[in-house]
Amino acid sequence: MSASIESLISKEYTAGFVTEVEADEVPKGLNEEIIAMISAKKHEPQWLLDWRLKAYRQWLKMAEPHWPNVQYAPIDYQALRYYSAPKSVKPKQSLDEVDPELLRTYEKLGIPLTEQKRLAGVAVDAIFDSVSVGTTMKAELEKVGVIFCSFGEAVEHHPELVRKYLGSVVPHSDNYFAALNSAVFSDGSFVYVPKGVRSPLELSTYFRINAAETGQFERTLIVADAGSYVSYLEGCTAPKRSENQLHAAVVELVALDHATIKYSTVQNWYAGDEHGVGGIYNFVTKRGKAMTNAKISWTQVETGSAITWKYPSVILQGDHSTGEFYSVAVASKRQQADTGTKMIHVGRHTKSNIVSKGISAGRGQNSYRGMVKVLPKAEGARNYTQCDSMLVGNQCGAHTFPYIEVDNKSATVEHEASTSKIGEDQIFYLKQRGLSAEQAVSMIVSGFCREVFKELPMEFALEAQQLLGITLEGSVG
Amino acid sequence: MTPLLQITDLHATAGDKEILKGITLTVNAGEVHAIMGPNGSGKSTLAQVLAGHPGYEVTGGAVLYQGRDLLEMEPEERAQAGVFLAFQYPVEIPGVSNAYFLRAAYNEIRKAHGQDEVDPLEFLDLVADKLKLVNLDEAMLNRSVNTGFSGGEKKRNEILQMAVLEPTLAVLDETDSGLDIDALRIVADGVNTLRKPTNATIVVTHYQRLLNYIVPDFVHVLAGGRIVKTGGKALALELEAAGYDPILETAGT
Repeated sequence: MSASIESLISKEYTAGFVTEVEADEVPKGLNEEIIAMISAKKHEPQWLLDWRLKAYRQWLKMAEPHWPNVQYAPIDYQALRYYSAPKSVKPKQSLDEVDPELLRTYEKLGIPLTEQKRLAGVAVDAIFDSVSVGTTMKAELEKVGVIFCSFGEAVEHHPELVRKYLGSVVPHSDNYFAALNSAVFSDGSFVYVPKGVRSPLELSTYFRINAAETGQFERTLIVADAGSYVSYLEGCTAPKRSENQLHAAVVELVALDHATIKYSTVQNWYAGDEHGVGGIYNFVTKRGKAMTNAKISWTQVETGSAITWKYPSVILQGDHSTGEFYSVAVASKRQQADTGTKMIHVGRHTKSNIVSKGISAGRGQNSYRGMVKVLPKAEGARNYTQCDSMLVGNQCGAHTFPYIEVDNKSATVEHEASTSKIGEDQIFYLKQRGLSAEQAVSMIVSGFCREVFKELPMEFALEAQQLLGITLEGSVG
Repeated sequence: MTPLLQITDLHATAGDKEILKGITLTVNAGEVHAIMGPNGSGKSTLAQVLAGHPGYEVTGGAVLYQGRDLLEMEPEERAQAGVFLAFQYPVEIPGVSNAYFLRAAYNEIRKAHGQDEVDPLEFLDLVADKLKLVNLDEAMLNRSVNTGFSGGEKKRNEILQMAVLEPTLAVLDETDSGLDIDALRIVADGVNTLRKPTNATIVVTHYQRLLNYIVPDFVHVLAGGRIVKTGGKALALELEAAGYDPILETAGT
């Protein structure tokens, strides 16, 4: 079976094209001058430049973490470019003014931005390398007071909100990649949902890396004020290139009392080829803080990237707050994924729920790394963790690293783990009913991931399922 | 008329072990054949080989299905051409609803015949009638394929699939094993209802009792990888009364 498994794994990456655009770039390398240059390009206030420099100086004192279960050649941070933006993107342009070449790029990726074609019920912020190309449906959102714009615009128009919450969940000194991001971050999305408002639309950001030898360092900040609700989704793709590219993002979520934030990711960065050449290094810090009775729910479908290092976490600060993490992570070809979550129970009667589905195929290595921490005051805290791994073929690996620290006797923490292999019998059964090997694998894997897919917004659940089918096509014969 | 299925001197191995040692069998449309025999005689292997299980290697002989070389066809092509195997041990597919699975299979077979796919609502109508046939509740459509099903439910689910897919050649591999008498009757009623002059059924069984309900036109006794005796339905009763030994002795195996 394994020979035909291998032959099936190499499905084309359809988002791997390059868009020819003239770019406005900073020189390669990283120093205080470059940071000042990025800040100046974005017309930032002094306080933000100071914050960047503080982060940079901190970063210089830090060491790249090597505890994840992944292997890669050393990264030369001076050989990277930290800012690249299409010259055609002008500040404050409307979507009608966007370079047609860029619109075509998004259309090809299935994200139409123009009025006639865009998805109903979804507002999109399109980020191309280091800048936002445009944000759709802004007017509809403004009617109810929801702010959804690029980070740069937020700094300009809502500096008080940005200043109040930037770094409040992921401090500039949090970790090596978060500090790097804080120093050089370019665009990302900003969301503010006012008190008691339920966002009438799904908010979505589509990240596209295009330029070569350039890192993408976006920063997203979502603030849900008391009693509000927002569902947000991000998608990511990049061209096929033979060199690795660094993507070090930071996402901060703030859910104030009784607010709910649902954050979904469909990550499909270029994963490299079957020999492990090229692909994105996806080193991302995502964390939310949930206040009293608030809820933060992370759902991720991670199919791309050469290396993924990512632990969307929730600080359950307020009493009765809830944190959820639903994850599907695929490591095929030579992909390496070390991903999971951290649930930090601070408040009383806080609850967390973790469902992780890891799929390893080809020569992929998939690690689940999750921490559940119950602090002394977290009376009655509850956690349930379910961590399932599926192996496709016999040259891949699945690993589980749970960390459980409980400092309150009334807490309940449960951890369940399983590992299964796609069975030849399952495939034969489905083939005997008329399905092809690809359909059979896709059906078995979708079934395995069902608990996670059902957490995704409808439109994206389908996309995720198809993506998974594509990623694994060729995994079994 | 071309026979529906023509097996000639079929040899097959599992690993290094030869299990089928020259099977010859002709099945015409409209017929029911029972394959009986002691444990280890190769009954299930024959069923699996006809369906194209990758765990067996055909080392000799030929199988023609509707005049086509069956052995050259992929398992899914055989299914699309109307060959159906009711599994002795139906496989669990966690997280995939029975309805989704059944519709996907149904549509693949339709597509293979150049017909349009049916949408979920149309399919639900179609499957509702078939559920009655095997006395299964509609709720089971939303359960994961065979996951957590009782032994009887699994077997009835196989017959449900058969009813939906309407095969031309159905091979029932020990469908009676593990069934109580009520479930046995339900399964047999389902199979009998699906009998048509244009299709055929091969019933693989160890015991005679299923044949009280599904009456065969021919009974073949398989032993040591060969058919050692062929007769009418009376042969099954003979086996019931005297066991396999007298026949095996006569056949010299």
